[in-house]
Amino acid sequence: MAPGIKDKVAIIGMGCTRFGERWDMGPEDLMVDAFKEALEDAKIEKKDIQAAWQGGPEFVAVSLGDSACPLAETLKLPYIPVTRVENMCASGSEAFRAACYAVAAGACDIAMALGVEKLKDTGYGGLPEFSHYSTIGTKNRIIGANQTAPGMFAMLATRYFMRYGISPQDGKKMLAAVSAKSHHNGALNPKAHLRREVTIEQIVNAPIVAWPLGLFDCCGVSDGSAAAIVCRADMAKQFRSDPVYVKSLQIAATSGAEQMYTDYDYTHVETTTRASERAYAEAGIKNPRDEISMSEVHDCFSITEAVTMEDLQFSPRGKVMDDIMSGRFNLDGAQPCQPDGGLKCFGHPIGASGIRMIYEMYKQLQGKADKRQLKNPKYGLTHNLGGIPYRSVVSIIIVGH
Amino acid sequence: MVGITSYGAYIPLQRINRKIIFNATGWSASATSLPGEKAVANYDEDSVTMAVAASIDCLTDIDRNKVGGLYFATTTPPYRERQSAGIIATALDLRPDVRAADFTDTVKAGTQALLAACDAVKAGSEKNIVVCASDCRLGRPGSAQEVIFGEGGAALMVGDTDVIATLEGSYTLTYDFSDQWRADGEKFNRIWEDRWVRDEGYTKFIPEAINGLLKKYKLTIKDFAKVIIPCVYLREHQGIAKALQLDEKQVQKEMLTTVGDTGTANSLMMLVAALEDAKPGDKILVTSYGNGSDAMFFQVTEHIEKARNRRGIKKHLASRKDLANYERYSSFRDVIPMEAGFRGEVGPTRLTLAWRERKVILALCGARCKHCGTPQYPYQRVCVNPKCGKIDEMEPYRFSDKKAKLFSYTADSLAYSVSPPEMYGVLDFEGGGRYAFNITDCEMNSLAVDMLMEMSFRRKYVDNVRGIHGYFWKAVPPRA
Repeated sequence: MAPGIKDKVAIIGMGCTRFGERWDMGPEDLMVDAFKEALEDAKIEKKDIQAAWQGGPEFVAVSLGDSACPLAETLKLPYIPVTRVENMCASGSEAFRAACYAVAAGACDIAMALGVEKLKDTGYGGLPEFSHYSTIGTKNRIIGANQTAPGMFAMLATRYFMRYGISPQDGKKMLAAVSAKSHHNGALNPKAHLRREVTIEQIVNAPIVAWPLGLFDCCGVSDGSAAAIVCRADMAKQFRSDPVYVKSLQIAATSGAEQMYTDYDYTHVETTTRASERAYAEAGIKNPRDEISMSEVHDCFSITEAVTMEDLQFSPRGKVMDDIMSGRFNLDGAQPCQPDGGLKCFGHPIGASGIRMIYEMYKQLQGKADKRQLKNPKYGLTHNLGGIPYRSVVSIIIVGH
Repeated sequence: MVGITSYGAYIPLQRINRKIIFNATGWSASATSLPGEKAVANYDEDSVTMAVAASIDCLTDIDRNKVGGLYFATTTPPYRERQSAGIIATALDLRPDVRAADFTDTVKAGTQALLAACDAVKAGSEKNIVVCASDCRLGRPGSAQEVIFGEGGAALMVGDTDVIATLEGSYTLTYDFSDQWRADGEKFNRIWEDRWVRDEGYTKFIPEAINGLLKKYKLTIKDFAKVIIPCVYLREHQGIAKALQLDEKQVQKEMLTTVGDTGTANSLMMLVAALEDAKPGDKILVTSYGNGSDAMFFQVTEHIEKARNRRGIKKHLASRKDLANYERYSSFRDVIPMEAGFRGEVGPTRLTLAWRERKVILALCGARCKHCGTPQYPYQRVCVNPKCGKIDEMEPYRFSDKKAKLFSYTADSLAYSVSPPEMYGVLDFEGGGRYAFNITDCEMNSLAVDMLMEMSFRRKYVDNVRGIHGYFWKAVPPRA
């Protein structure tokens, strides 16, 4: 087996804008804000960055569209290699992975990944209609069901409830607990979009978006940007005393079997399972339930977070309800999930989310998470899911001391 | 012996009671006193989709490779230029070397297509021609036509072996009688004064055609077990029968009060209903109406017993659902143009792709791996079975005629639909294969994991900017 990325790359600076309906800010402004914070945090200058990767935007193109020019032009990067990467909702993590690989390969010493998305320029509540963008594919537009993200994830819940004999009422309560927990955390985070506590009762009684998912089962729709500066691990201490080290970078893309082959059970996400198994092996983690201190997972919908807990081996198959209801994933629980409020409260500016997740793990590991600070976290895991349960790309990133 | 070798029909699920229409529009015009209900095509149905459904019913137990022609009669084709019969033939997965033709511009086109098919078979030019007819005519709100018109389709296969009803003769009248018309580009039908249409049209042409046929073949009206009179005036329907001295049991029951006037399909649907009850030896006289009249004379054979397992008229009539809302009904055909929002906008259709993938899109054909036997949709060159993965070992495989189980589902209020919420689910096909489809013709609360579904050809979208109708397949609960 290849030796992997563990401890070869360190994060020395990060930036993250306030996420939300940033009506007053264009994507360029958001990029500059994230970049500025990351530079200041790393205490380096722009000329020190030798290569950069841009994640997103998926929907509203900036300047020269689907290229690296938006990042290079906006930040006036001095003719360094810049590349735009695209892997649906996992694009931010993909940009981070590319920057880390460049450093680990010795192609450069310091690299940057920046993700950005300006969803509130699309005119939609929820993600824009896929068929208006290249995201769905020309054939899919004709033969794919007319469906939206909440509906495609709702089908996980339909099948999950049925498979494990959970009544729709109990199932909705379980999902409501997922969202209520994240709202609690988001309320503590000045960078979050949605900063209000919400009760289980409010969540359960909210209007249905795609049965059985209601309004509060869905993440927010936001603008935002986040950036990470990475360098060779052996250099990291030159820049700061508390760098955060990359322990694992894994992605898994669907083989097509979940969509077209009848083995897939619709109660889990295969790519999460596969990517996390490899990530644990790369990071040397034997027992994820005990060893992973905290996680930021892709809670685009409450059901996604619930099944992800099982895919990541945090909860046994079919048993996540027990862990959710007992508060295992709460801020004061044994294995906090979404300490920053998650996609639920940050919303999901597609290209930015993956790096925003790492931002929270980075701050927690440095002890700088303020009211949300967890006690002595060792390993933080981010899970960034691109696509839909049966056609997905999943990134798992593990960071630690 | 040339004649009908199989039959099928389609009546959309939803019915609107005429009182609901009257309650909505009666303040404007006390349009008509026609009682009963009419069948309403769902928002995703049109003449083409209903013709496909009727043809599928007609092709029950029949090898589709044996079909040599497809004639389609309608006055409401989706395109002014693009052959509807070609869309239907492709959806039915017929051979490309079929003779396809559209018969249009008059509601008499249904019987004209049937006559043309019989002539083609008789001449030895073709074997096994499917004749289908369907219409979706619109009356302006408050008009008599809005009340009278209903929607549905019929299909008959014409051949020369195992004939269930032989064509014994016909008589045709052509008159440029302009009682009802719709000029190019118009959405709604127009009509001249009702009394003139009734007294100079229906009550003259239908008897004239019948008497012409009787005289031509030296028959009397008493020779017929059933006579089909497609008159849209209930009283005159009986009046014509009475004037012809028909016994009550000789008169094929009108479908105005159950389905409505289905235009080109009207006479053929009544013919299918007559065939459902026919006994060997029965003589059936079919007439049509529209710029004249056709009369056709069929004799039922002993092979009729082999064609009983169709949904036909009876089962489709029995399978019904009330549409209780006039405004919703009116929105289906854009008579009330509802706000569609950004999500209702349609992107461009790549016609090069639509052509290249026509079997995948219109015929719902995928592939089956010759190595491991896994059916897969859409067509794949690399086998999706993780334990197989063979490259280019595929054979074509049709999913449109396979039943499926609903593996999971949702009802989505965010997705745009003319009739929200948009429903969809994942189907596991009997024999293998899985894909996610939209679900139509049912309610969210009637869906359940593992329930049985079947495929129905539907209009998935209309791109009004570019004038394109996008057709695809949806899942529906079986009608019978």
